[in-house]
Parts: sequence; C-alpha cells; structure tokens
Amino acid sequence: MIKVEGLTKRYARNVAVDHISFEVDKGQIVGFLGPNGAGKTTTMRILTCFMPPTDGSAEVAGYDVLDNPMEVKKRIGYLPESPPVYPDMEVIEYLDFVARIKGIVASAIPRRIDEVMEKCAIADVRNREIGKLSKGYRQRVGLAQAILHNPDVLVLDEPTSGLDPHQILETRELIKGLSGDHTIILSTHILPEVEAMCERVIIIAKGKLVATDTVTNLTSRLHGAQMVAVEVAPRNPAGVDASTFLSTVQRKLEQVSGVSRVLHKESAIKDAGDDRVRFTIESLQGREIRPELARAVIESGWDLSELRSVGMSLEEIFLQLTAEHPSEHPVSTESAPAEPVPAEASKSGEA
Amino acid sequence: MNAFTICRKELNSYFRSPIAYGVMFFFALIAGYFFSLATASFVRQSLQSAMMGQAQPMDVNEWVVRNLLSNISVIGLFMCPMITMRLFAEEKRTGTIELLVTSPLNNWEIIGGKFLAALILYACMLGISLLNLLTLYFYGKPEWKAMLIGYLGLLLQGGCMLALGTFVSSCTRNQIVAVVATFAVLLLLWVISWLGQLDSTPTMRVVSYFSILDHLDSFTKGVLDAKDSFYFLSMIFLGLFLTGRSMESIRWRA
Repeated sequence: MIKVEGLTKRYARNVAVDHISFEVDKGQIVGFLGPNGAGKTTTMRILTCFMPPTDGSAEVAGYDVLDNPMEVKKRIGYLPESPPVYPDMEVIEYLDFVARIKGIVASAIPRRIDEVMEKCAIADVRNREIGKLSKGYRQRVGLAQAILHNPDVLVLDEPTSGLDPHQILETRELIKGLSGDHTIILSTHILPEVEAMCERVIIIAKGKLVATDTVTNLTSRLHGAQMVAVEVAPRNPAGVDASTFLSTVQRKLEQVSGVSRVLHKESAIKDAGDDRVRFTIESLQGREIRPELARAVIESGWDLSELRSVGMSLEEIFLQLTAEHPSEHPVSTESAPAEPVPAEASKSGEA
Repeated sequence: MNAFTICRKELNSYFRSPIAYGVMFFFALIAGYFFSLATASFVRQSLQSAMMGQAQPMDVNEWVVRNLLSNISVIGLFMCPMITMRLFAEEKRTGTIELLVTSPLNNWEIIGGKFLAALILYACMLGISLLNLLTLYFYGKPEWKAMLIGYLGLLLQGGCMLALGTFVSSCTRNQIVAVVATFAVLLLLWVISWLGQLDSTPTMRVVSYFSILDHLDSFTKGVLDAKDSFYFLSMIFLGLFLTGRSMESIRWRA
C-alpha cells in the first residue's frame, strides 16, 4: 500500500531524511518511531504530497507522489501534529468544508459526516465552535477530518501528543478501531504507544532508518539479555564518601562474571542520610547473574537493599538503537542482540 | 467549484470575525465624511458661481463623484492590507495550510478562492460608499454610466492591491508583518507616480507607469481606458502568479 524507496529530503544545510526505504502492506498499522527531529514529520509530509522528496520515490496505493499527487491526495488522510482545524468554525461546518474540498459527492456528505462523527465520538459537540473545544475533542475532530473521505491510507503525526492520559487511551482505542479499514502510519516518540497499537515499527533517527520489524520481534531481539536493578548500601554509613562508594561498587559489579555492562547509576541523596546507590545492570546472553551479584555485594561487606529483574522494554531497545554515540553504550557483546543493522533494514544499505 | 468552496469559507470567516465589520464601519465612516465634504464644497462653489452670474451649471460628476472616487481609492489603500493580511498568514500559523495543500485541490483553486473572497468583501465596502452617491439622485442627475465606470475602476484597482496583499500574506506566517509589508508595498506603488511629475524623461515615465494611482484617473473621469484596464488586470495576474510561486516554495523550503 505504501512503498518508499531511497527517500531523501535535503534542506539548504541539513539532510532531514536520508535514503529511507520501507514498505507497508494493506491494512497494517505501523508505528513510525524516532526522537524529535528524526525526520518523521518530513517523511509524512512527503507521503502526503505536502512537499516533494529531493531524491528517491514514494508510492501510495500505487501512485507516485511526484507523478500523480492528485490521486495520492484522494487516497490519503492526514492528521498533522496540530490538528488543522479552523477555531472559528463549528464542528459540522468544518467537516462539511473538508468533505467538499476532499471531493465527496455533495449528496453523500451529510450521511458521511454523521458516520464519522459517530465513529470519532464528536456528535455531541457538532454545533460547538472548534476553538472552544477541549484538546481531546479537537484532536478527534482532526481525526474525523482525516477519515472523512474514507482514504486507503491514514497518516497520523503524533496523534496523542498533548493529550491527558485518559484522552490518550481514548484516541488509541479509536485509532485501533480504524485499523481494519485503513492502512495506518502513525508517528510517535512515545514507545508504549507503539507497543499498544502497532503491528510493525519503523525506527528512524537523524533521518536514517535504524530498524524495521514487528514489535514482538524487536522485543525478543533482546531476549536472553537480562536487566537487573541493584541497590547497595554501605554497612557503616559514617565516613563513607558517596561518590567514591558509587565508583567502588560499580567497579566491583562490573567484575562479576556474566555482567555485560552497567547501564545506569544513581547515588541517593546524602542529606537524607541515605547512602544507598542504585544500578541497572545488563547481563550477557542467557546468563543468570542475580546470585553472583548478591554474593559479590555481600562478600564486599555491603548491604544488599534490593535486587530485582527488570524487563528490557522497547524503551531500552529504542535508546540503544537511537543513541547518539553508540560507543558510549556498547550494545552487549558478540551475540549483538541489538546491533543497529537489522535484517530487514540492511537492504537499504548502510542503516 | 472547489474555488467557490474556499471562497465561501473565507467569506464566512471574514464575517464571523470583527475584521469585516470593523473595516466596513471605518470605510463607511470615512467615505461618508469625504462625501459630505465634497457635496458641501460643491454646493458652496455652485452658489458662488451663480451669484457671479456664470451661466454654465457645474458638473456633479466632475465635482462630487470624481472627488469621492479618488478619495475612496486612498481609503482602499489603507483597507486592502487589512483584508488580505490573514488570507495565508493565518493558515500558515495555525497549520491549516497543510489541510489545504494535502487535499485534492490545485493551488489555483486555493488562491483564486481566497482572492475572490477578498474582492467580494472589498466590493461590499464599495457598495456602501455607493449609497452616498445614490442620494445625489434626489437633487440632481449625475451621469450613472460614468459613476459605474468609476466604480469598475475602483474595483480593478482594489483587485490589484488585494492581489499584491495576497502575495505578501503568503510569504509570512505573521499577520502583523503581512499588513505592514503590504501597506509599504502599496504605498510605494502609490507615490511612485510623483517621480513622473518631477521629471518626464522616458525612464521616469516608465517607472511612474507602475503607479496604481495614475491609472485610476481615466476611470474617475468616466472613461473606460483599455490601457489602464490592462494595467490593473496584469497587476492582479502578477500578484496571484507570485502567490502561486510562493506556495510552490514549500517545495524547497522547510
């Protein structure tokens, strides 16, 4: 349904999107994931024919965005980051305007508007001015606008940004409900969103494709490597310098066999009389390191306040994949579960 | 068809915001003031000339209509930037331009619709000032054809100013910038005719040809001049063409 090949967008000084290639099949719901400024919006704007690519090609429903923009525009529904609504219009008036410019036959408009208002749960505000609606409602009006002409492809740019948790849940449910009829690409920098809604995920950072895979595959890539949270306290708090303690403990833990690396460290607040230090530790593939960690701590004469296993979430995968300086976060070792070149991405060459 | 949808939307938003009413109110006020001045001085002059025993009656068209028409064109100079400032600047600021550009519309339908809406609003304003002139029919017989041609000239001149204003509005996302820059451009095109009066070398004559002011002269006299109509129409075309270019420029800008 969507086919992107070697897509590049260059501005005067910087490259916003750099040779991105991916495909999305009909009916799929795909998460477009990346930090802010990664090139998500630019890619979406190219797909929706808002701006043309500098290089490469993008096809939507079999039509090229450069050769046949009108056909693409007829088949695509787009919700930009801030919903493109006119604050001085009433909801129904706005939807009527959109229906007309999207080319819906005049006689079919009222029924279609009713359907869409029903779907997006905005029928109760039909005669309200959009500018006076809450942000959640405004977002839903934006979504209604995008699905009004029943497009094959829906492009949603950060559909849940700026909503409160309750509204986020509602919007997610709504989008999930739409996935049957439409192929959906949605961008976000919030990971749970992708986990909650998408079948596939495309990760980009700094304009480059980092990974594209199913959500389950991506999560299981790190299957085997275990994350452990450890909290250690000195047995005799008086006369212990917090920062030396932190580094001593870290050095000790790094030497424990099976430990791949110490990811995150944090020393507790000294003023609170709290000398505990916390670490998040990643194991090597398939190694159970908790007993060894416990032994190491006790043998060094410290107290072990906490030791628990934490799952490797998409969040960590994401951080690893999009880290600015990969060398600072050496991703595991030989087995390389999160090597930045996944199988599917490799066809785009250097990822 | 799509252009009319856009036009209707723009008109709705003009008449929903205070802009249209504000602009029309001040326009009516100032036009009325100018009309009273013109008729008052006309009445005084004609009384004087009657007392001096001059046989020739004075021409209402020459004294009142023409006077009023050129004054209205000056008010238009101030009003047009206010009419066009929001056309594109606001859509760019709120992001609704993304809706228009990603809808199956071509740029000409968007630009044409917006320009038409601005022109209709300006025509409404001119219509209000026409009410002043209609009162003349209670007292005299001004020539209606000349008046009509005068108004056609005003509409063409207004169209020319609105087209340039539309272009300026499409270059920025800030309405204040749009209104100030439009006014600066129009004022420059206005006073450029003074160069021609200063000096009549060919260069100066060419430069002063671009003045929006001089080309209205023939219309206020009640003469439909092809040369001046052509000037206005080509300026309208130029303004809208530049707007189209400016919309295209998102292709190479962010």
